[in-house]
Amino acid sequence: MAGSIDVRGLTKSFGTFQAVQDVSFSAAEGTITALLGPSGSGKSTVLRMIAGLEQPDSGSVWVSGEELTDASVQDRRLGFVFQHYALFRHMTVRRNVAFGLSVRRVDKSAQRERVDELLELVGLAPFAHRYPDQLSGGQRQRVALARALAPRPQVLLLDEPFGALDARVRQELRDWLDDLHRELGVTSLFVTHDQEEALELANEVVVMNHGKVEQVGEADQIYNQPATPFVAAFVGSSNVLRGTVWERHVHFGRSAVAGAHSIPDGREAVAYIRPHDIEITTAPGEMSFPIAVERRTDMGWMAKLHLRLEDGQPLVAQLPNEEIQGVGPGQRLHANLRNPKVFSDDRVHTASAADGEPAPGDDRDEDADDQAEGSELASARPA
Amino acid sequence: MSAQIQTNNARRGRVQRTLMVAVALSYVAVLLLAPLAGITYYGLKSGLGPIGDTFRQSDIQHAFYLTFVIMLVTVAVNTVFGVIVALVLTRDHFPGKRLVSALVDLPLAVSPVIVGLMAVLLFGRGGWFESFFAAQGIQVIFALPSMILVTIFISIPFVIREVVPVLEELGTEEEQAAWTLGASKLQTFFRVTLPNIRWGLLYGIALSAARAIGEVGAVLIVSGSIQGQTETATLYILRAFDQYQEQQGYIVALTLALFSIVLLIGIETFKRKSTREVR
Repeated sequence: MAGSIDVRGLTKSFGTFQAVQDVSFSAAEGTITALLGPSGSGKSTVLRMIAGLEQPDSGSVWVSGEELTDASVQDRRLGFVFQHYALFRHMTVRRNVAFGLSVRRVDKSAQRERVDELLELVGLAPFAHRYPDQLSGGQRQRVALARALAPRPQVLLLDEPFGALDARVRQELRDWLDDLHRELGVTSLFVTHDQEEALELANEVVVMNHGKVEQVGEADQIYNQPATPFVAAFVGSSNVLRGTVWERHVHFGRSAVAGAHSIPDGREAVAYIRPHDIEITTAPGEMSFPIAVERRTDMGWMAKLHLRLEDGQPLVAQLPNEEIQGVGPGQRLHANLRNPKVFSDDRVHTASAADGEPAPGDDRDEDADDQAEGSELASARPA
Repeated sequence: MSAQIQTNNARRGRVQRTLMVAVALSYVAVLLLAPLAGITYYGLKSGLGPIGDTFRQSDIQHAFYLTFVIMLVTVAVNTVFGVIVALVLTRDHFPGKRLVSALVDLPLAVSPVIVGLMAVLLFGRGGWFESFFAAQGIQVIFALPSMILVTIFISIPFVIREVVPVLEELGTEEEQAAWTLGASKLQTFFRVTLPNIRWGLLYGIALSAARAIGEVGAVLIVSGSIQGQTETATLYILRAFDQYQEQQGYIVALTLALFSIVLLIGIETFKRKSTREVR
């Protein structure tokens, strides 16, 4: 139980804005869990409520089997890493890392030992006497991490830990954090709007939208078996195809995909298809679609094909170059659509109807780049 | 041809700039340096002898002592309460916050003479609080308490106005980080917040001190200006000129001016450091 996190029915509103609604999930000891969602989804608010920086309107927070809902921030003994580092700018790196120990009046020599150990761990020993403004963004974030780890917290909470860094440093730090977690095994919960980051780092992913949990599951489960249209569209990129259900298949013109198990005949439905789940063939197969190739974009080892179905719906495929040699604009070919994720049309509407303004006070300044990534494909917001 | 025009333009630009600098410098010289030079000249005109005599005069010693005491109490009170008010104004939300924020500047807008009159109305004969303090045997008006009170009132805005923007710039993340590391609110204030606002705070303190030393109007009204008792250094200067003791007046004035100049240099240093602090 040491280091497990349990969140039960957390609810919080700011004025009239419902930031978090009935959020429950748990994170097992020693795991990394990601809270993934777009800006304004309430994920940061959940994290801040676990840390005690925000008080929930209702619900409870449990760490290591102990209820902390009414405990003060100080008494919770959880490590917290802020997006913008929040390093003490008037203190050296060494004193920043030592802060959590010195306020708890840890013996001086024990302090020194622990700080040395952590500076070594995060690879910043040579920078011990620098001030935060003499460090790069990646170095600052590592100091923030060392500072949070110094008092040996039961749990580490990270709020968009890589959000303020450029792409290369972000990838570096991500790998490094992965290694660090393997080494230390401290239960970690991090907030991110970057689905790639969540899938890569986390054992479990909690997908949030509009203050609610959409799905909790392992990374591949979230990706391959999305529970809601929102998850299908937000995690990874997807083509969105609309059709009518007939005998458990979604029909687009003369072709159809399977997967509409519990949707009654005649109902409108939406199928989400990953760009890499499309297979191009020259000969028609049993379940293949006639398609027209409109454009081809080569991107190194793979290429992007812009296709159009018979009924006029666009489709984008991403395939390794070797599989589509000779395929080019103007050709009429056939496509097999694998692993469609099918949802009844009314569920899609409820998922997207509440799309509103980003929440005030939540995820204040995350860059939208990551969400835009692949949106060319996904545009998963049926009008 | 065009090169000719260019050099002409350049020359005209240079002339204009030189003119501007000359205007600015002579403005400063006439309004600030000339009076200072005047005081210095008249203060030192008869050599060092009169200076020693002046400082041996017991009423002048007492006047400096009073000015010093008033300044110390004022600065201490306004530092503590100024920081508290600044923290509340930046960190808390409550109805009427903007009104409080505006009220803080009131002492800058009200003439010190009016402040003195208000104090007389409250604590003087027949004033609202007169009977209460009289019953305690405390003399407020025509005594040190009222002089300190009006000086505090007049210098309220300085610390608050200097600290609020620094606190706003600082934000709350560092404080929250300190809490998550186990620091109590008090530890957080002394170890995180205070070191971050120190230069702005010192600047505010220096301004308060300068204001407290220079105050005349309000103190004149509430003190009664009793020689050797409720006469501050600035009040002594007033009396010296009334009683044709210009020499001593100049010497006291010069001393105050020197003190203010030292403060000013301090202020400038703090200001530079505090603007570097706020990045």
